[in-house]
Amino acid sequence: MTQKTIVTGVIGSDTHIVGNRILSMALEKAGYKLVSLGALTPAADFIRAAIETNADAILVSSLYGQGELDCRGFRDLCVEAGLENMLLYVGGNLVVGKHPWEQVEKIFLDMGFDRAAAPGTRVEAVLEWLAQDLGERERIGKPA
Amino acid sequence: MSRAALLIDFGSTYTKLRAVDLDRRKLLGSGQGPSTVTTDITLGMNAALADLGRRLGGLPVFRHRLASSSAAGGLRMVAIGLVRELTLEAARWAALGAGARLVGTYANRLTAKDLARIVEIQPDIVLLAGGTDGGNSEVILHNAGMLGESALVCPLIYAGNRVVADEAHALLARKQAQVTENVMPELGELNIEPARAAIRSVFIERIVHAKGIDRAAAEFDAVLMPTPAAVMEGARLIADGCKGFAGLGDLVVIDPGGATTDVHSVASGAPATPGVIQRGLPEPRVKRTVEGDLGMRHNAAAIVEAAGATSVAADADLSEARLQALVGELSRNVESLPNGTEETRLDRALARAALRIAMRRHCGRVQTVYTANGPVAAQDGKDLSAAGTLIGTGGVIAHDADPQDLLSVALFDPAEPGSLRPKAPRILIDRSYILYACGLLSQVEPEAALELALGHLHSPREESSLERSL
Repeated sequence: MTQKTIVTGVIGSDTHIVGNRILSMALEKAGYKLVSLGALTPAADFIRAAIETNADAILVSSLYGQGELDCRGFRDLCVEAGLENMLLYVGGNLVVGKHPWEQVEKIFLDMGFDRAAAPGTRVEAVLEWLAQDLGERERIGKPA
Repeated sequence: MSRAALLIDFGSTYTKLRAVDLDRRKLLGSGQGPSTVTTDITLGMNAALADLGRRLGGLPVFRHRLASSSAAGGLRMVAIGLVRELTLEAARWAALGAGARLVGTYANRLTAKDLARIVEIQPDIVLLAGGTDGGNSEVILHNAGMLGESALVCPLIYAGNRVVADEAHALLARKQAQVTENVMPELGELNIEPARAAIRSVFIERIVHAKGIDRAAAEFDAVLMPTPAAVMEGARLIADGCKGFAGLGDLVVIDPGGATTDVHSVASGAPATPGVIQRGLPEPRVKRTVEGDLGMRHNAAAIVEAAGATSVAADADLSEARLQALVGELSRNVESLPNGTEETRLDRALARAALRIAMRRHCGRVQTVYTANGPVAAQDGKDLSAAGTLIGTGGVIAHDADPQDLLSVALFDPAEPGSLRPKAPRILIDRSYILYACGLLSQVEPEAALELALGHLHSPREESSLERSL
């Protein structure tokens, strides 16, 4: 299996970089090629980076409660850019206030994300998801 | 006897010469002839040499005879990348940094129509980028395949995804193609020097011949680079100095010409204010921008369009109808010099608009972004607010009665606090059009070139105080 490339970043006007950086370091250590866009990243920059680097997955962080607004239309942007099969994860403090996780998860899955990570999700869980999802894509053959 | 050097600019309108005393580091004299590249370049060269000989009372023996050229349309390039804001942007910077004029830029897959257009515009060089190393390879291979099959005859430089460089080179086997390092090996990492060097060597080895400049080969040792690249080398030398000699540090050069306005900056452009966050691609430290719609003659109408007719008319103290009539005449008669106060006022208003807009486009911007943690200042592009020197070159500045005042429009404006233009630079004027000559000379005798530049760039304020004391 060739090395997989993953784009990470914190979307929108969000400066909370620490969790995203820890995740990126862990992924790199696990053998992935990381393209870390850092804080304050507009949605379109994730897409541009994924095109140029031929990425296999985009992991979006949002910690400041505006995730629902910032991530709306993210899948559509991917489709528009020819990345309709891109593996998309989102994680962090995705909404303001206390809502049952199932509700929050549904909002983001409906938006077109393949997985949504609840607050407190361990790095190991993300690694497992990636292995499983990328493995599956490898098996069925990633369309161009 | 002192050693001398001859610095030649094969321009689009004139063949210009500067003779320099290498030991005393002074300009000996200048000569000028017409540009005759379309017929026989030696005619203009001989006329310029005769002119120089008359002024000097005979020609010295030259130790170096170096030339730059912007004749025959300059170095016309097409840049191709994958994402417009990423590899295409890097390719554009490489081409502009090599002194080229971009005649076409293409992102993503070339279509048959794009290709037909490229063949039609007959560029001198095509620069093909796309994909980080190990990133997307499909699009650049598609594009290399299209170019390889096309009727295009010019040299191609491949500066894209390294992993498929061999494959792409094979697709371009029937062309004059060469491979150099990727302009963006990792996302967000610029690597434009190798592409710049490759463009420079193709220019020297092929373009000089293709444009017929080498017919005058008996009169020079080498044509080293396109003229805009020579100005850029001059700017780099003045900013950075050379071994054992300090330069002036961060600087900006602005050059309003007949067809375009060029701006060069030599500065990191990192935020000068603590706490400001830099966004976007890191920009080249030595950066050149070319404003194709801001030219004092060929694009006078475009300047008026960019700045707004009302504001240019008010600045020139003309009615809008009179402004449009005069601008129409300028575009038809591109070699005209201002004749009478009305035309002088118009020229100055056009120059002010071109300088202001070109500098605004070259410099970065800072914007306030509201986050959950409060407002954050985010910067796009280069912060040149702390640049210590601003050099004005080109005829319209050199011949102006008050160039300090003219250039002040390019500076930081409190009405536009987000535009990171120089705040309080020392203004220097290139009255004797010495920058290109210093850039050429820097390639062989950097120390002499530096001293020559520092000795011939004048601060208008110091000049006027000098005049008063005389």
